[in-house]
Amino acid sequence: MTTRARVLVRPKAGILDPQGVAVERALPALGFEGVGNVHVGRLIELDIEDPSQLEAMCEKLLANPLIEDYEIQAQRPDADG
Amino acid sequence: MRFGVVRFPGSCDEVDAVLACERVPGASAQLLWHGDPDLHGVDAVVLPGGFSYGDYLRAGAIARFSPVMESVVAFSRAGGLVLGICNGFQVLCEAGLLPGALLPNVERRFICRQVNLEVAQATMPFTADCSAGELLSIPVKHTTGRYYAPPEVLDGLETHGHILLRYAADGNPNGSTNDIAGVRNEAGNVFGLMPHPEHAVDPLTGSVDGLKIFSSMAHAHG
Repeated sequence: MTTRARVLVRPKAGILDPQGVAVERALPALGFEGVGNVHVGRLIELDIEDPSQLEAMCEKLLANPLIEDYEIQAQRPDADG
Repeated sequence: MRFGVVRFPGSCDEVDAVLACERVPGASAQLLWHGDPDLHGVDAVVLPGGFSYGDYLRAGAIARFSPVMESVVAFSRAGGLVLGICNGFQVLCEAGLLPGALLPNVERRFICRQVNLEVAQATMPFTADCSAGELLSIPVKHTTGRYYAPPEVLDGLETHGHILLRYAADGNPNGSTNDIAGVRNEAGNVFGLMPHPEHAVDPLTGSVDGLKIFSSMAHAHG
């Protein structure tokens, strides 16, 4: 049985995120006011047989822990209800 | 002195790198294929610029797992000279052979221009043919060239003189921390830089300053 997993990768807090800044500046120009703290990251979706491997995967390839934080969201199909 | 220049799928400056190496008197150069772990007995390895494996995920992230890189890691651990230019610098950081990482430029744009680099350390084996404080005119062309290292790592690099090249006054094109353009590892045999010395080896293109990096390596080899 495989598990559908999502890995969210974000720029680490405190490191300048030019993409986030660009989006944050673009939104008011379109009339969307009151938006702050915008960050742009990556979403990686995958099916995996052994979700316990996800953390090692993130550390080795999916994220660069020096500059990025990652968050693993894994859910077995039968848990969907 | 025999240089080996790695060709990854997506490399684009490997031929210029070979030509630059061959301009050093007494030196020859050959291409190494990313899928072949055999370094063919070369005396130094150059990882060239480009977009290895499409730079998917992060620049250099996938190239570091190519078969040739295992050999490059072993070669560097044994003291072999390794030079990473632009994408090659990114690969070396991802592989953990150099400290830090390269982030997207502050201005978020691809930058392609001639810059002045200040030689921070004129030392063997990569910058001995320069003099300390000398300015080198060498082009940069990248989108992901903002050097970053955590503060404690940065302190070590500064204290121990591991930063060999900096963007000269007011010329930092990408927002690199402390104007860092090129750093070496602790042992001193691995060096990465974002600017392209291989594109500054002929008067026709405005500068031959880049040649000093390759000639320094050849002189260090003896």
